[in-house]
This record gives sequence, C-alpha cells and structure tokens, in this order.
Amino acid sequence: MKGQFLSISLCIGALLAPTSAFAQAIAIGDAEAGADVYRRECASCHQIGEGATHRIGPHLNHIFDRGAASHDDFRYSGALERQGRDGLTWDLRRLHAYIENPRALVSGTRMSYRGLKDEERRSDLIAYLRVFSDQPQNIPEAAPTALRPEIELSPEILAIVGDVEYGEYLSQECATCHQRSGANEGIPGIVGWPEEDFVVAMHAYKEKLRPHEVMQTIAARLGEEEIAALAAYFAELDE
Amino acid sequence: MKLQRRTFLASVSAASAVMAAPPVLGQARPRVVVIGGGSGGGTVARYIAKDSDGAVDVTLIEPTKRYYTCYFSNLYLGGFWGYDALGHGYEGIAAAGVNVVHDWAIGVDRDARTVTLASGASVPYDKLVVAPGIDFVDNAVPGWDVTKQSLMPHAYKSGTQVQLLKNQIENMRDGGTFCMVAPPNPYRCPPGPGERVSMVAHMLSESNPTAKILVVDPKENFSKQALFEEGWAKHYPGMVTRIGPDFGGANVEVRPDAMEVVIDGQVEKVDVCNVIPAQKAGKIAELAGLTNDAGWAPVTPSDMRSTMDENVFVLGDAAQQGAMPKSGFSANSQAKVVANVVRGELTGSRIFPARYSNTCWSLIATDDGVKVGASYEAGENQIESVSSFISQTGEEADLRRQTYEESIGWYNGIVADIFG
Ligand SMILES: Cc1cc2nc3c(=O)[nH]c(=O)nc-3n(C[C@H](O)[C@H](O)[C@H](O)COP(=O)(O)OP(=O)(O)OC[C@H]3O[C@@H](n4cnc5c(N)ncnc54)[C@H](O)[C@@H]3O)c2cc1C
Ligand code: HEC
Ligand code: HEC
Repeated sequence: MKGQFLSISLCIGALLAPTSAFAQAIAIGDAEAGADVYRRECASCHQIGEGATHRIGPHLNHIFDRGAASHDDFRYSGALERQGRDGLTWDLRRLHAYIENPRALVSGTRMSYRGLKDEERRSDLIAYLRVFSDQPQNIPEAAPTALRPEIELSPEILAIVGDVEYGEYLSQECATCHQRSGANEGIPGIVGWPEEDFVVAMHAYKEKLRPHEVMQTIAARLGEEEIAALAAYFAELDE
Repeated sequence: MKLQRRTFLASVSAASAVMAAPPVLGQARPRVVVIGGGSGGGTVARYIAKDSDGAVDVTLIEPTKRYYTCYFSNLYLGGFWGYDALGHGYEGIAAAGVNVVHDWAIGVDRDARTVTLASGASVPYDKLVVAPGIDFVDNAVPGWDVTKQSLMPHAYKSGTQVQLLKNQIENMRDGGTFCMVAPPNPYRCPPGPGERVSMVAHMLSESNPTAKILVVDPKENFSKQALFEEGWAKHYPGMVTRIGPDFGGANVEVRPDAMEVVIDGQVEKVDVCNVIPAQKAGKIAELAGLTNDAGWAPVTPSDMRSTMDENVFVLGDAAQQGAMPKSGFSANSQAKVVANVVRGELTGSRIFPARYSNTCWSLIATDDGVKVGASYEAGENQIESVSSFISQTGEEADLRRQTYEESIGWYNGIVADIFG
C-alpha cells in the first residue's frame, strides 16, 4: 500500500490558471499513516470499507467527488443538505476544508467534530479515504481547479477588531433576507455566531469556496474590515 | 420654462391648517416627512426613527391602513399564497416612533418646506423623502384608462385589483383566452409580467386546461426570458403565445366594453384582459416638481437626493437612478442609504458610503423558482451594476425548489425589515 500512495505530490501552482494567492503545493499524503489518523479521529462516528454502514455519521465509501449529503438513507442536517443541493461536492479541496473545520465550511453541520488542524495528518487521512473511492488516482487530475487548499486566513485578518457601528450599517443589506430575530424560514439565521466562524464563512463565500451565488455576490464586495465589522455586529445580536 | 418651486394643487393652496408643532426640547427636533409608506417609504421612516432614538421627528404619510405587497401577488394568483398574507399594517412602524398619518399628500411647497395633505393640513419638514411608487402614463394603451380598470384590470399596484383579476380568470369560460398587454421599459418589477403569465398558466392548467394565454408585448425581449420560455414549454406546453414588436406587439389598442384587443389592426376577442400600461413616477413627485420629461425623478447616485432640491430624496420606483431595477428589494436597499444620510445630516451620526443590492425571485411552477440579482454602486452619474448572477436554464429540480424556498425566506425577511 505504502508504495502506491506515498508521496504523490503535485505542485499545483502550475495547474491553476491564474496564479492565486492560495496556490500552493498540496501533498496527497500517506494512506498508511492516514489509517491511523482515521481510527483516532473519525472511526467513532464513521465506518469505511467493505460492509460499512451509517452510524452517527454516514459511511465514507466512495466519498470522493460525491455530492454532499447524497445518501438518501441517512438523515443529514438541513445545512449540509442545502449546500449539497447548491452543488457542494467532496473534492480534495472541500474535504480538506471540511475536515479542518467543519463549521467553517458548513456552519450548521451536525458533525460535531472540532476539526483537524494539522495539514500533514489531514493529507494522510484524505489519502486513506481515497483508497475507498473509485479511481482515486484520477481525482486530482480530473478536477485541477479543485486543488486549491481550503481557505486559510492569516492571523492578521482574524485579529481585525470589527467596527460594530459600521457593522450595523452594513448589516442592513443582510436584513432584507436574514431576519434580525435569527428566524430560519428558507434563509438561515446568522445571529449570535462566534466571530471567527462568521469571518471564515464570509471569506469562504468571497473566495467562492462555499457555493451559492447570492452570497458569493454579496461577499465579493466586502473587504476584510467590513467582514470583521459584520461579524462583530451579528455576534452581539442574540436570537 | 424654469421649474416652478411652488407646486400646490390650486384647490388646496389656501389651506392654512398647520399640524401641531413638534415638541421643543431646548432646540426643536429636526423633522423628516416621508410621502408613501410602501417598500421604500416604510423602510426609510422606520430606520430613521429607530436608529435616531427619538432625536428625529419622523412623519409618514400614507393613505392606506394596510399595505398589500405586489411581490408575491402573482403567487396569490397561482394559488401559492393567501391574499391576507400579502397585507401588512403600520403598527410596527409606529412602534419604532414614527408618526403615521393616513392621508394623501397633495402638494409640496419646496420653498416653505411643507407638505399639504388632502385633509388640508400642512406638515413642515427639514428633509423630505418622496416614495410614492408608480402611476400609469395617460393614454399609454389607447382605449384604456383607470376608469376601465374593472373591465380590464392592471393589478400592478398594491391592493384589490389582483383579487379582481384572479376572480375574472377563475370565472373565465372553458377554453377562453387570457390576454396580457405588457408594458414598455422602464416599469416596476421587470420579471413581474413573466411571472404573472407563469402563475396564470399554472392556475389555468389545473382548472381550465384548454384555455390560452396571449401576451402582447412591445419589447424585443424581457427579463428572465430564456428561463420563462423554457418553463412555459415544460410545464404549460402550447398554452402561451407571445406577440412581440415584430408582429405588431407595440401597436395595440383595447376596447374594454367589447372585450377586444386590436393588435396591429387585427381584432382579437378575449375573455380576460390584463392591461399593464407604461409607467411614470407617482403623481405627487410630478406635483412637487421633481420629475423630468421622461416622467421620473432624477437623483444623485450616491445618496438618492433629488437633483432638483438638496432637501428632498426620492427613492424606489419613482426615482431615476440608473441600473437598479424598480423592485421592492431595490426600494428597501435605497431606503437604507437615504436613512443613513438623512440621519447623519440631521444628527451628526456617521455617514457611510452607499451600498445597493437587489435580487428578484420568480416562481414559474410548483417548486420551480428562479432568481436574478446584482450588487450596485454609485457611479459618477448613475447607479451602476458591479456584479450580477441569474439562474440557468436546465437546472436541477432540487435547486429550483431550494430557490423557491429562499424566496419565501426573503419575503418574510423583507416585510419584517420594512414593517418591523
Ligand atoms: C406583480 C408584481 C410583482 C412584483 N414582484 C416583486 C418581487 O418579487 N420582488 C421585488 O423586489 N419587487 C417586486 N415588485 C415590485 C415592487 O412591488 C415595487 O417595486 C415596490 O413596491 C416599489 O416600492 P416603492 O416604495 O417605490 O413604491 P410602493 O411600494 O408602491 O409604495 C408607494 C406608496 O406610496 C403611497 N402613495 C402614493 N401616492 C401618495 C401620495 N400622494 N401621498 C401619500 N402616499 C402616497 C401608496 O399608497 C403606496 O403605499 C412586484 C411588482 C408587481 C406589480
Ligand atoms: C462525533 C461524530 C463524528 C466524527 C468524530 C466525525 N464525523 Fe464526519 N460526520 C458526522 C455526522 C453526524 C455527519 C453528517 C453531518 C451533517 O449532516 O451535517 C458527518 C458527515 C461527514 C462527511 C460528509 C458525508 C456526506 O455524505 O456528505 C464527511 C466527508 C465526514 N463526515 C468526514 C469525517 C472525517 C474524515 C472525520 C474524521 C476526521 C469525521 N467525519 C469525524 C459525524 C462525525
Ligand atoms: C438576497 C438574500 C440575501 C442577502 C441580502 C444576504 N444573504 Fe446571506 N444567505 C442567503 C441565503 C439564501 C443563504 C443560504 C445559502 C445556502 O443555501 O448555501 C445565506 C447564507 C449566509 C450565511 C451562512 C449561513 C449558514 O448557516 O451557513 C452567512 C454567514 C450569511 N449568509 C451572511 C450574510 C451577510 C453578512 C449578509 C449581508 C452582508 C448576507 N448574508 C446577505 C441570502 C442572503
């Protein structure tokens, strides 16, 4: 196994058409090491391999390039289902993002897993998951644009202290769709979130990592200061 | 001719009643008067009152006691939304501290800075916001004027017209023809006529499947055309015929008493006829001397300030601002910019740069929703679109259902935002 999966590393900077700030080498990782990560981090909730069934989480066979929340016989959260309908697909980049910080990619997800920050261990784990998907060797090549790593915000961005008054003004745009009461009636409530999750979610829309054209368009013209201001304002509102 | 600043209706210019002066707290509170309590006016009044915590005296002048949204009125036609659910009262706006006066504004004296009401009262202002929506251009469709609106309803303003139209369609003979005379640009809610055709088709396909829909349209093309045409072919095959300008759609006359529509000289007998005439700014904008030759009130893109008067703002459908469609969403978005500027100028609160946006959803059939939207910013002479999106043809049913569900979320969101 080792020889097969070890160090298939790609320098994807060359594959990405416009050189993106996010372009960087992704190591595909070591599947054998990944098996160990999987046992420690995921096995309590997920099964994988022959005969795997749904447990707390859905089984993870054939997860690569599968639409999110696409097992009809598993009860997913509304949030993951919504993003699945929007086109969220488990390619390399999205899996990295979800495993690193599930709530940052899918805020309302029911997967209560704090996330795996260590990039090398994550790459190993993903290499392991690939063993259980069809034609796993084709995945990165088939979708080169999917190779951008998950959104990584610099500590400076996360450290920006939001201007609450400006956030209140900016929030007026949001209030046409997101109710200040936090009600969730076809459009999710966004009040009372931890600021960091809010900031990450908005940057993920801005970078089009999260699907949904309405939110991508709205986030596109928000700068770092503005996102921080909104996060600070909405964090203060309670449901 | 120079613009006349004094623009009273002759009959009331003598009215001298003055409303009770606002309470004087050391210095009198600055006064804002808003004409029209619709999507734009309701939002601006409530935002200024709630955000200024009583520092600004806000009066909203609106004749009706309940506002029935035009948005989702097509869904009411299609049987997806109740009539009562379209209606919203002014209690929430009053609770924010707005003085709501149910009356018509019939004149504005921009020199004296007063608004005259039908009751004869005169209301003074420091800043005036004019948001009266639309009126119809006289003689836009030969043979039609508002006195014929019970024979051939427009159903394009808030209120009972849409009930009348629904009733007429429900009682149409089997295999009858529903005709829509569509308006030329610019008009409120660009996808509105297409959505209406969809909803009428939905209704007829259930209750009167051999009925026909005839759309007489003066425009080469129309908003979300590819999406609507795909949807009509899919859900209502053979039901909808559209006559564009190349076949005389721009040369139309109606005969309401005979229920006839004359298209390029050719007489068609129809059973129900929905005439949506060409539009202009609500009459009061014209009476106040705020409109141009095109019939709309030009404004400065950065703050929706009338180009005719620095103390007056015009927003929503009545304004000529550039690229934003005339929609409830746009009016609500513009209102927030105006509220921020007016409050800043009167109380010294911070003024932030304008941000505008719009999204319009339309329902084509059960669970088949589509949307179009954009962000806008103030250009030098007009509001300009910075980025936009539109639903695609051939989308999955799941996505279309989700889009429809979002539109319900939006409806609940915007009416909570306008009416509190
Ligand atoms: C069929 C249809 C579907 C639509 N669908 C959508 C949609 O899905 N999404 C969307 O965003 N928009 C939609 N719209 C458009 C939307 O309804 C209008 O663009 C919006 O209401 C404009 O807001 P406004 O404040 O400019 O005017 P209005 O909402 O029309 O408000 C004007 C108010 O001013 C009052 N008024 C008028 N004259 C005077 C006077 N002299 N004195 C005092 N008060 C006065 C009126 O009574 C009225 O209440 C639709 C419209 C139609 C017809
Ligand atoms: C505490 C239980 C738990 C742990 C631990 C956990 N998961 Fe999950 N996982 C879930 C649940 C529950 C869902 C369904 C989430 C939803 O519907 O929002 C899920 C969903 C997923 C999905 C999406 C599946 C789909 O069909 O769309 C992936 C991928 C996933 N988990 C991977 C992992 C990986 C990899 C790990 C280990 C790093 C892990 N999970 C750890 C519970 C868990
Ligand atoms: C035109 C309507 C609309 C406007 C305006 C809007 N949003 Fe959204 N927003 C949505 C929809 C619809 C979703 C759900 C997206 C999905 O299904 O993936 C969403 C999702 C979100 C989410 C993720 C919620 C979750 O549970 O994952 C955040 C955060 C968010 N919006 C923030 C904002 C902010 C901040 C603004 C204002 C700057 C804003 N939105 C303006 C429609 C809107």
